[in-house]
Amino acid sequence: MATTNRPDAPDRDALLRMFEIQQKIKTADERFRAMLTSGQVQLIYYSPRGQECISAGYAVHLRPDDYVVTIYRGLHDHIAKGVPMRELWAEFLGRGTGTCKGKGGPMHVTHPASGLMVTTGIVGAGIPIANGFGLAAQLSGTDQVTVVNFGDGASNIGAFHEGLNMAAVWKLPVIFVCQNNLYGEHTPMAMSTGVEYISERAASYGMPGVTVNGNDPVAMWKVAGEAVARARAGEGPTLIEARTYRFWGHLMGDAMEYMPKEERKAAMAADPLPAFRAWLLENGHANESQLAEIEDKIKALVDDAVDFAMNSPEPPMDELYTDVYEEIIK
Amino acid sequence: MTTTEPRIMPMGMAINEAMDVALGLDEKVFLLGEDIAEPSGGVYKITKGLSTKYGTERVRKTPISEAAIIGAAVGAAIAGYKPVAEIMIMDFIGVCLDQITNHAAKIRYMSGGQTTVPMVIRTSAGAGRGFGAQHSELLEAFAVHSPGMKVVIPSNPADAKGLLISSIFDADPVLFVEPMLMYWDPAYAGEVPAGDYRVPLGKANTVVEGKDVSLISYGRQVHTCKQAAEALAAEGISAEVIDLRSIVPCDEAAVMASVTKTKRAVVVHEAVTRCGFGAELSSRIHEELFGTLAAPVQRVGGKNIPIPYASNLEKAFLPQVGDVVAAVKRTNK
Repeated sequence: MATTNRPDAPDRDALLRMFEIQQKIKTADERFRAMLTSGQVQLIYYSPRGQECISAGYAVHLRPDDYVVTIYRGLHDHIAKGVPMRELWAEFLGRGTGTCKGKGGPMHVTHPASGLMVTTGIVGAGIPIANGFGLAAQLSGTDQVTVVNFGDGASNIGAFHEGLNMAAVWKLPVIFVCQNNLYGEHTPMAMSTGVEYISERAASYGMPGVTVNGNDPVAMWKVAGEAVARARAGEGPTLIEARTYRFWGHLMGDAMEYMPKEERKAAMAADPLPAFRAWLLENGHANESQLAEIEDKIKALVDDAVDFAMNSPEPPMDELYTDVYEEIIK
Repeated sequence: MTTTEPRIMPMGMAINEAMDVALGLDEKVFLLGEDIAEPSGGVYKITKGLSTKYGTERVRKTPISEAAIIGAAVGAAIAGYKPVAEIMIMDFIGVCLDQITNHAAKIRYMSGGQTTVPMVIRTSAGAGRGFGAQHSELLEAFAVHSPGMKVVIPSNPADAKGLLISSIFDADPVLFVEPMLMYWDPAYAGEVPAGDYRVPLGKANTVVEGKDVSLISYGRQVHTCKQAAEALAAEGISAEVIDLRSIVPCDEAAVMASVTKTKRAVVVHEAVTRCGFGAELSSRIHEELFGTLAAPVQRVGGKNIPIPYASNLEKAFLPQVGDVVAAVKRTNK
């Protein structure tokens, strides 16, 4: 991030909210990885580390009653939309106190009270569903918007094409956020995608498309704000391609042989969060003690959530057949 | 038509009436699908007039995008609507299978009951019209194999109306399979109650009472069973015909009660026999009633082939009255 001040930056409140969201994501992610590598817990884990600016950048524009849809790599989106940390941790650890009573897990976190409506484990599948939330808002005459997150790989699946076309035809209040971390699972984008910028695809649907540096919080905030405003005003969808990098490969335990070592090293050296922190200090948006206070508060929040989850029981066995249907059908 | 005259109508009109009633009852109900608005009112005219009456917002045409149609219905259902999505022909279900099996069916469970998906997928199916292998197939077995989905297949106009209204106001996703051949054929027309008429899911109907053998079916093949029952009666065999109406939930109590009485059962459906719902039901009957059965449960279904085009071959694919009669004879050796 540039060290000079930015005339296009949001106000201090928004900047600090973005910092707080990013710090929550980083702290939670670091704890998950530490607990996994130490063998304290076992779970399938897709680290969002490196991508947290994107979630923070759109989330500060959203209201609790706006909708977010995300994917298996979704922890950053869950936290950004305000899913409570305790219930989130408990869900990741498969506990009965989790958001979904432990029945969904990290790939299916749902918390409607926060507006986190769907987390899908199927690449691209959230896109058509997000249209349904947009359609519901449009039919109800509310100005709620829906943000649907997916990766670069998802832009090559049929649901992306069907979904973006339908959203454009119906002018749905949906913001399509492609978190382009340059890899679809183990395959670099250049080997799977025929365009240099995924945002180019927007033109073929008749909707605005923009590529933004997803590691630049101010730029991401600005682009997301424009898309959210357009959607709220009934002017239809936007495709945002937010360029970023995932620091820990596809999923934890990934040997990452397909990611050039130098490339990853450079990306981690340019870690957007410390850069944002330094920029906030250098430009007088916050002082050290303010930021340290936020960091301490978040550490305590995550400590509390870990304790809560680790001390929570597994779901009771009588939950096995409930929630399949309204009534129990065996 | 005055209220004193019987309301005789084909199944297509009864289904239209069900949607008309539901749209009128609840503003959260809306329809989406390919070509469903005026002027066409759907390729089979099943939604005729509804977009004129309720507007193209609530009776909306979609692009030919099955995954987008079902996905939009899933999202809107979670957000509090009661969408009725039309997949024109059941063979097209493959295009949106992920949205059905991974999302519509699983979301209530995956969310621990926080989000629900009260939607209906209406689709037409069935061989006998010379449409070939990709426009004729009954594929209900996949949905039975997807916990979270309910599956309804009506056999007559009154049930079609009553079951569809119940499905639209059900709390869970329902795959509603409409036998294409029965839409407008006067041979299948029947009396349909007016207004908000509902038939509950999971309640089988004993169409013909009998004591020697139970013919258990659903959809258009209920009629094959009725004809078989008449043929068997001429030979002194008393067949009971059970119309399941819905196969998830399945009225196993009615099935077991009938087979306990008759000690013989034949399960009949149009879907290919191999891994069809008949295999499941036959297995359940054996598990429950093995010691009391006079003979193994027999299955009659479509042949295990893609549906042929040529009319003689297509007819040979379909279960025939003679096949059902022969299956009954196998239980009587």
